[in-house]
Amino acid sequence: MNPAAFYPTATDYLRFLPELILTIGGVLLLVLEALTGDNKDKSSLGYLAIAVVLGAMFAVPVALANPGTSFNGMIVSDGFAAFFRMVTLLVGLFTLLCSTSYLSREKANTGEFYLLVLFSLAGQGIMAASNELIMVFLGLEIASISSYVLAGFLRDDKRGSEAALKYFLLGSFATAFLLYGISWIYGVTGATNLVAIRESLAAGTSGNSMAVAAAALMLIGLAFKVSAAPFQAWAPDVYQGAPAPVSGFLSAGPKAAAFAIFLRIFQTSFESFSSRYEPVLWILALATMLVGNFSALWQSNVKRMLAYSSIAHAGYVLVAVTTNSNVGTAAAMFYLAAYALMNFGAFAAVTHLAGRGESHVTIDDLKGLASKQPVVAGLLTVCLLSLTGVPLTAGFFGKFYIFKAAIDNHLYWLSALGLLNSAIAAYYYLRILAAMYMHEPKTTDHPEPVPGGIQLTMWFSAAGILTLGVFPGLVLDYANRFATFVK
Amino acid sequence: MIEFWLIPVVMMLVIVGLFPPIAGYIVLVERKVLADMQVRLGPMRVGPHGLLQPLADALKLLLKEDIIPRDSDKGIFYVAPILSMFTAFVAFGVVPFSEQFRIADVNVGLLVISALGSVGILGIVLGGWSSNSHYPLLGALRSSAQLVSYELAMGLGLVCGVMSAGTLSMVQIVRNQQTQGVWYVFDNWGAMAPAFLIFFIAAVAETNRSPFDLPEAESELVAGFHTEYSGFRWALYMLAEYGNIFVVSAVSVTLFWGGWLRPFPSVGWLEVPLNYGVPFLLFAGPGIASIVLLAPKLKYAPHRYGMLVVGGALTLVGAILLIPAVNAVAAAPFWFLLKVAFFLYVMIWFRGTFPRYRYDQLMDIGWKVLIPLGLGTIALNAVVGMI
Amino acid sequence: MTLEAFFFYAFTTLALGGATLAITRRSAVHAAISLMVSLLGVAGLYLLLNAEFLFVSQIILYIGGILLLFLFVIMLVNLDAGRGLRQFHQRWPLGAAVTAIAGVAFAILWSRAKLPPSQTMPDVGNVELVADTLLQDYLVPFEVVSLLLLVAVVGSVLLARKRA
Repeated sequence: MNPAAFYPTATDYLRFLPELILTIGGVLLLVLEALTGDNKDKSSLGYLAIAVVLGAMFAVPVALANPGTSFNGMIVSDGFAAFFRMVTLLVGLFTLLCSTSYLSREKANTGEFYLLVLFSLAGQGIMAASNELIMVFLGLEIASISSYVLAGFLRDDKRGSEAALKYFLLGSFATAFLLYGISWIYGVTGATNLVAIRESLAAGTSGNSMAVAAAALMLIGLAFKVSAAPFQAWAPDVYQGAPAPVSGFLSAGPKAAAFAIFLRIFQTSFESFSSRYEPVLWILALATMLVGNFSALWQSNVKRMLAYSSIAHAGYVLVAVTTNSNVGTAAAMFYLAAYALMNFGAFAAVTHLAGRGESHVTIDDLKGLASKQPVVAGLLTVCLLSLTGVPLTAGFFGKFYIFKAAIDNHLYWLSALGLLNSAIAAYYYLRILAAMYMHEPKTTDHPEPVPGGIQLTMWFSAAGILTLGVFPGLVLDYANRFATFVK
Repeated sequence: MIEFWLIPVVMMLVIVGLFPPIAGYIVLVERKVLADMQVRLGPMRVGPHGLLQPLADALKLLLKEDIIPRDSDKGIFYVAPILSMFTAFVAFGVVPFSEQFRIADVNVGLLVISALGSVGILGIVLGGWSSNSHYPLLGALRSSAQLVSYELAMGLGLVCGVMSAGTLSMVQIVRNQQTQGVWYVFDNWGAMAPAFLIFFIAAVAETNRSPFDLPEAESELVAGFHTEYSGFRWALYMLAEYGNIFVVSAVSVTLFWGGWLRPFPSVGWLEVPLNYGVPFLLFAGPGIASIVLLAPKLKYAPHRYGMLVVGGALTLVGAILLIPAVNAVAAAPFWFLLKVAFFLYVMIWFRGTFPRYRYDQLMDIGWKVLIPLGLGTIALNAVVGMI
Repeated sequence: MTLEAFFFYAFTTLALGGATLAITRRSAVHAAISLMVSLLGVAGLYLLLNAEFLFVSQIILYIGGILLLFLFVIMLVNLDAGRGLRQFHQRWPLGAAVTAIAGVAFAILWSRAKLPPSQTMPDVGNVELVADTLLQDYLVPFEVVSLLLLVAVVGSVLLARKRA
């Protein structure tokens, strides 16, 4: 009666160590938050959360040193998982660094913020490392639910509440698609393990046409999560309404994790009918790039513009996904890492510049920044140039590898249209640069000092962008080595 | 082959046919016990010592006008009491009265009772809502919040019992108590006693009994969720309530108090004295007492003769139970019903003793006391049970 | 028609009919009751598959828990105010068209699908099977669900508690 009894071993736990640290740290914070009084300063909890994230970062190599699946095939610890764990943890670290000063500025200094970030990171780590559709779903839900709450964290802010509600409703809707797809897959293959699904489909014993339908449903769900057009409608409102550090978090962390499972599922389980979903991805990638870039052109609100730009960047990554090759996967990995640096750098600057109540978030407010706060302007410039894709920045090599992979896989039209898109994108990034350097300041009031956490984040991301712009091999070699999946 | 379906079918007919009058007599007992606690006599007029009162009540309810409020949601108003009573009666289907006397042995019997209880709540909530009136709505609101809260605590208590039993089948639970030679309430060196207490307190709240009778609190809400109900629809609610308290008592007995097993089920030499002595004393004792002590005091001749008949009947039942062939079959259901009767009495006792909780106190007890205690008890029993 | 087929169609009718009524009824309470009917139908289908543990869990959790809380909330809000409002989803034709297309697409895919042979539940205790699966093979998802619930609890308390 008993199936083969399964007992977890120590190695199983080591392979799951980053998420374990994040979860335990989050629960610890929850208890500490309850124990500290309501009126106490909670920023020490933020520092503790930063320590937890650093601990998780140290645990990633430990997990990588024990490659293989754990807990009966639920979790897989491979280089791909370690890469995305590291990217999401980096984004989380940035978020925490920026948010301590942000929260005290907005008079919302409660410890729950930090633990929700930690839980969300745990969810994203599970997504990155899951080898099983059930774990994919759970990781996605943990990451998403934390994000919904984070988006509406400033409850007195109407736009924030609107953002949270929209994000929640549409996100749940998307999750329903994903879940429906998962249930179909289970119905036709009798498996939820990614490798087992692949084997079942390859053996041809199960219903191939229904598996295609299931893959389509899951594609819709994942496209929602990575804000690919035509499922992008939630992103601008959410990124605009959410607190600035949270917008940065949402645009980089959960998106990277969603791409991780996107790549893993479609290249592991559904590889046998890749030719059937390639045209769909082709259209999806193009539409996403076009919608993101063209909508961004008209925006005057910097946060909303960055939201559209993040949609456009999802389009570039989708080009890499469309190639359905190891080179493409490596390019996507590199791009997502570079994007995390440059996008969060920009959001960190916005977090600082927006001022109390985020009242200064239009391009007009940035006029003359170069003369008022030259350091901030300089660091923001690096991020924006990288987002544009100027050489000597990480963004350049990111786009370069993606389009190279696309051309290698004979996606000439898509590469051409993609390149055209990045030319269009240059316009709206340069608009900000022009406002910063070529206009006189609107007001002459003395600028507020940049908080240490935000400063650290901006310096780190600028340094990262430039380093990767000169030595892309640091990350790319790694990505190339681990762009294959256990099959 | 006949036996396969005969006993369940007969049992079903007996329960459906007999439970309404039995519920009537539980009400009478309740009134009598409460009266005694308050140094009153209770109903005395209809029949000797009010023994025919339930019949009079039933007749009254059947003949009363069935009032349906004009602005009520009629469809739901009709169905709600039926839903309540239906679920209460279906729950009897998995209650084992003894090894032979049971309707169905379901693999997940305990959960079925739990599920039926939770559907039965809908009858109360919908009834209160459909009346389209303030007091019933408040009663319905209270009831839904209360029942959702206490269902958790009740589940935690059940989990402890199930951990000892290792099964969810009501019949198997009792059999396991027989083989392990212990009633589960005494299992784990006493660690199960708090589990039973948590379960029972939650069960009292689940059945809307005092001191948790906020959904029908007569001093604040007139009659709570059934304010607008009259006549036989109201009687259905009453039937459902007494059906539910019977069922939760039966679950307590089955899971914690050995079901149909006699006390000390593993001590062989006690079988004869307990199985023959206790039923005889319990029936013949009151029977003789009512003939000798009660009947002569009654002035009104029909009452006096009635009392003599009742006393004689009780004595006769006691005597019949002494016949070995009858005793072999009847001892098990006798023990079961005796224990159930004890818990019914305890519930009446509660009503006579405790004042009603305020709404916030009720929620505090549910969420801040019972649930943490329940979780602690599960942990304790898990550890102690492993030793 | 076998007895099993009869019950299958009966439960399916309950599930689909209830679902349809749930989205078409104007009165929120009627919609909630229709939803209950639908959930009961699904529970019945579980029972037909010999998954009695799932059947009972479905009833306890969905009807005894979730639906009851739905009703609780519906009763707290003023329904009369909502009854007078114009329904703002006026896109029945569009919705019906999309549903029809998706239905036809699924039917076509379904007709071409090679489905794995149906399996019957082994006749050991259903509860025991669920327990073995949940606490051995799927131990980690089972534990991770608790993290998911914790996040949901913290989040909802955070958003709902009184403003400072």
